Order: sequence, then C-alpha cells, then structure tokens
Amino acid sequence: MRDRFRKWLKAHPEFEREARRRAKRALIVGGIAFLILAVTGAASFALIWLTAVALALYVPAWGTLKHGSWVVVLGVLALVAMYPFYQANLFQMPIFGEFPSVDTGVTMLIFIMMALGLNIVVGYAGLLDLGYVAFYAMGAYTAAWFASQHFSSANLHLGSVGINPNTPGIHISIWIVLFIAAVFTSMVGIIIGFPTLRLRGDYLAIVTLGFGEIMPQIARNGDHLFGKNLTNGPQGINPIDPPGFGDNLHSAVGLPSDYLTFNKTILGTSISSVQLFFWTALLLVLFTVFCSVRLRDSRLGRAWIAIREDETAAAAMGVPLMRTKTWAYAAGAFFGGIAGAYYASFKSGTFPDDFFFNISIFILCMVILGGMGNIWGVILGGGFLAYLNQEGLGNIGGWLNQHFSAQSKSADTWITLWHSDIDVPLYQYGIFGVILVLVMLFRPEGLIPSSRRKAEFREGVADEPLYDVQQ
Amino acid sequence: MSDLLVAEGVEKRFGGLVAVNNVDFTIPEQSIVSLIGPNGAGKTTFFNMLTGVYKPTAGRIVFDGHDVTAKPPHVITRRGIGRTFQNIRLFQNMTALENTLVGMHCRLSGGIVRSVLRTPGLKREERDAHKRALELLEFSGLRGHDDEFARNLSYGDQRRLEVARALATEPKLVLLDEPTAGMNPQETADFTSFVSKLRDEEKLTILLIEHDMRVVMGISDRVTVLDYGEKIAQGTPQEVQKDERVIEAYLGSGAVAAE
Repeated sequence: MRDRFRKWLKAHPEFEREARRRAKRALIVGGIAFLILAVTGAASFALIWLTAVALALYVPAWGTLKHGSWVVVLGVLALVAMYPFYQANLFQMPIFGEFPSVDTGVTMLIFIMMALGLNIVVGYAGLLDLGYVAFYAMGAYTAAWFASQHFSSANLHLGSVGINPNTPGIHISIWIVLFIAAVFTSMVGIIIGFPTLRLRGDYLAIVTLGFGEIMPQIARNGDHLFGKNLTNGPQGINPIDPPGFGDNLHSAVGLPSDYLTFNKTILGTSISSVQLFFWTALLLVLFTVFCSVRLRDSRLGRAWIAIREDETAAAAMGVPLMRTKTWAYAAGAFFGGIAGAYYASFKSGTFPDDFFFNISIFILCMVILGGMGNIWGVILGGGFLAYLNQEGLGNIGGWLNQHFSAQSKSADTWITLWHSDIDVPLYQYGIFGVILVLVMLFRPEGLIPSSRRKAEFREGVADEPLYDVQQ
Repeated sequence: MSDLLVAEGVEKRFGGLVAVNNVDFTIPEQSIVSLIGPNGAGKTTFFNMLTGVYKPTAGRIVFDGHDVTAKPPHVITRRGIGRTFQNIRLFQNMTALENTLVGMHCRLSGGIVRSVLRTPGLKREERDAHKRALELLEFSGLRGHDDEFARNLSYGDQRRLEVARALATEPKLVLLDEPTAGMNPQETADFTSFVSKLRDEEKLTILLIEHDMRVVMGISDRVTVLDYGEKIAQGTPQEVQKDERVIEAYLGSGAVAAE
C-alpha cells in the first residue's frame, strides 16, 4: 500500500511539490489561527473537525490532479449543504461571535445569487451598473403579483400550496413564479438597456443610477398608477405565498408539500421551513454558478470580455455592441429577478424600502470586494458582506461594547473607551465604505481576482474612445 | 477584374476641417492597393469610413455589391471587411487564441441559451472554431503562442496576431493600417512576403496604408496618393513615383523645380 502510494507520488511530481508547499503554509497560517481560536475559548471538537476537513480540502493539491478540482468544489458544497445539521454545535469565533444562523444563511445565499448576476454585467461585460436593485425589485414585485392576495378581484389558483382555494387573488406555484420573474425581469433589463447601453463608462453609471432611483419611487407611489393599485404603496404587499411541492409530489416522492408547515427531525436536528429555504437557495446559487461558468466560456462570454477590453476593436471584429451588451444586462437581470422573487417568498412580503439605492451599492461592493469577474471571489465577497450586514456587525458591536464600554461594565471590560454602548450596525454603510476604500487601496482587483482582471487593474485597458463608434 | 469596393465622392468633415474631400476610389478584386500620403492626409480617416467607425459626411461606399455607407462596424465586418489598427488594439488580457476566437464572432452562431445548455451542435461549432483559430495562428507565424496573453507577445508577434484576428473574420478585403510601423528591416521583409501570400494563396484583396516606400512600391498593384484629404494621384507604383504632384506633396514645391 505504502509502496504503491510512493510510486504514485513519483508519477505526479507536481502534486508532491504543491502539496509540500501548501502543508508548510497551512502549518504556519493554520497553526496561528488554531492557537488564537483555542486560546479565546473556542477549543472544542467542532474546531478540530472543521480544521481537519479544511486541511483535507486544502493541503493535497487537488487542482493538479485530473478532475481533482471537483473534490474541492464538492467538498465545500457538502460542507455548506450540511450546515443546518452542525451549525448548533459550532464554537464561538473571536470578535465575530457565533457562526451565522441558518436564517442568515438564506439571506447570504440570496445575496450571493444577486452578486453573481451583477457580476455578469460588471465583471464580465465591464458595464458599471449602479441600479441593479431595480431588477431585484422587479423580481420581488412579480412574486407579489402572482402569489398573493394583491389582485383580489381575480381568483386564479395554479399549484399554490397552503392556500385555501377560496382565497381571492392570483396564486401560482412559487416555482413557476420564479421563472416568470426571471423572464419578466430580463425583458425589463432589455427595455432599460436599450436607451442606456449606448452610453459609455461614467455616463452609463449615471443613467443606471437614475433607473435604480426610479424603481423604488414607482414601488412607493404605485398604489395609484393610472388608477390602478400596482404596488400597494409604502405598506408593500404581504403575505406572499410560501414555496412547496403540493400533496401529490409529497406522497409520490416525499418532497415537502408546504415549506411553512414542514416539520421533521432528521439526524437529531429538527428541520423546518428555514432549512428548506436554505437548501432551495443553495440550489438556486448552484444554478447561477452553472450558468455563469457556461456563459463565461462561451462565444458570448468572449465577446463580453472583448468589449470590456476595447470596445472599438471589438466592434471592428464583428461584435455587435448593443446586442451583446443587452444580453449581459438581460442575463444579469435574469438572476436578479429570481433572487428578488425568492427573497419575497422567503420574507413573505415585499416593501419599497427594501429597494433603495444603497442595496445597489451593497451588491456592487460584494462584486468588487470578492474580485470582479471571478465567480468564487464574488461568492466569498457576497457571503461575507451579507453576513456582516445581517449578523456580523451586531456581533462585533457586542464584543466591542463588552470590552470597551462603560455602560455594560462587567468583569469582561478591559479598558473603558466610551461611556454609552455603540450601536455598530448603525454605521454599516460607513463601514462598508471603509472596506471598499481599503480594497481599492490595497487590493483593487479584489480578494480572489480573475487573472485577466488583475492585469487590467495593474496595467489599465485601452478603453479611451478614440473614435465615435456608432452602435 | 471587377471592383470589390467602390467609393464615390466620399467626404468627411470634422466641424470646419475637411479631413477627406470628395475622394473616388476603387479596389479591384485580388489585388494589393496602397494608400499613401503625408501625415494628416486623411488616410486613416478614410479607412475608418470604410469600416464604419466614422460616418461619411457625403458620398457612397459600395462593397461587394452592397451599399455599406454609414453601416455599423459589425455589419461591415460581417459583409467581409477585416482590419487592423495603426496603434495595435488587441485585447491585451486575452490569449492569442481567444483574440482569434473573438474575430470569429460573426461567423459563429452560439446564442445565450445554447451556450448554457452546451448542445452537441454548439460543442461541435466551438471545437471547429478552436481548430480553425489554431490553424490561423500557425498560418500567421504564431505557432506555439496560442496560450500567451496578447500583451506578453513581442511587438512583431502582436502585429501578426492583429492580422490573424482580422483573418478570423473571414474577410474578402483586409485593411492593414501601417502594418510595418516599428518593425526592423528583416521583420518588414517577412511581413511583405506574408501580405503577398495572402493575395496569391488566400485570394484576398488588400488595402494597405504604409509609409515604408520599399514595401509600397514592392508589392502594390496600384497606389493611391492622398494629400490634404484629396486624391492627387493614382496608378501603378512606377506611374505614381514619377507624378509631379506626388513629389511636390512629399518633398515640397522646390523639389520639382530643382530637377
């Protein structure tokens, strides 16, 4: 057995070299991290388990083997998918406190999906879109129209679950609504793209900013649009129907008939709607990643990158600028729409205040922080910022106040730096702004950049409009 | 020999400046035509009108029997005009192979849905495109460089890649804008024979803007001279060399008198 392994190693010199390099790095970085965690009281079996899994995925240089990168992808995927089962047994992180709850996990996944959608527009095609929230809003309101009591004069039921058949309104199964939202939002993307995509760079950014402002205003004032109540104004529309597969599929293959009423104990963990929402969101993210990868490596993906690098040359090589850019918009909007509709169903409501300008910037931050154009970077950036927004900042604030505030003075207080507790989440956008500035200063290409983008940031692109290219 | 491209009374004004003034111009099929003239004579402006980057202020351009006046660049490329740029405009952060594949864009059909589903037809198309791109790179003398980023290629190789990318659009007419600028004599000689090869073996028609008179006089079937936006002479290299207005434009009015 051992000899066999040796022989195999000899046949794969790259693997051995890379694995040794990684083992050294893991020993240094991982050792320090492990010590910090252990000293701060996080020492537990969970920590050892997590370290072991992380080492098993990182140290053997899977990437150098044939089909080896799949091991890492599937390993991480399994780790995320099993999260609801071991989340309760995890340790306390220093400063950040507890690991995110499953509920936060759903929000993180939805924001990751939106960030991936925006990544197609900003990362691939290089079109700065400051109004991405418009697509998110469109998706959410589509869900509200087709799966709630909003249009109470109609009475249409199609595969909806957990709704009394006599309830007024349009009630279509959420799965169909997700699809409707995606298609509808892409069409809106094309319509918005038509007048705006003729512009370049800064001008495009300003116009998309305008659309991002128009959408929430329409949502806010849409309770009397040409005599019709489309959005129910500032109150928003709720409740929105939950997802589910209906009784037939439930009895046939055991899929949950209605997410909200689901309750079962699996592997000692009680599984209810949140966990189901989590897994469904994970599937949606997988779908988005799949499409992103395929698009990136396609004829269209090449054309997007070409346009980003040099519009004039791309046009001269036969790339139709308007059409190609519009496709980028439509693809980005597609995923924004699904994410919006799904989030509306998860929150069981949609409100105009959810769609203000700062959300556009928030999603853009995720893309920039993670690394424009790189799917894995965007996933990391999206997950991290969404987590900070939902739980992280609150936890950090709690930790700061515990140790430095006079108001909550206790045995844990190290030194008193301020008198009354600081509400850290209140400063969220200031903090995100600082993060953005730091990223731009020290790592403008993002945490995990695509090799191409990195070079562009370091050396610039030939995008100065030498000619008046007509579209 | 019929004319592949016919331009009639083409004019371009930038405000009060007339960059190209009432130029009549034809390119016979399978020939090498050179466009020469002092700096600022309007050669590149004329090029840009042929490829749709600029709209002509007046005049008509007919290519291969189709009116292409003021059509957008991608439509003209699809009709069969490929071009290179005076200052190299490759996609710097794409590999040589990817650059060539972008050139094939208008000859491929894979749309958004088929790309996501990766249908067998699309796979075949992509495979064939890769093969053709590699062939083109080899033909242009870039064998073994296909996975290199364009910005890492040597200057001469970047020029060659621009031509490969232009050829990938499957053109009938190739427009080369000062292709030998910055090349050493050996590279220039290689490139000149390469251009002849394009005409003789690939049956392409070539329009050349060039300052190196050895290149122009060596390979051109016809030379057209522009000065201050106007056509001042046209003919075989020998005829143009003897034309008094050309000598005057290049060397000043005293030159003719002194002779």
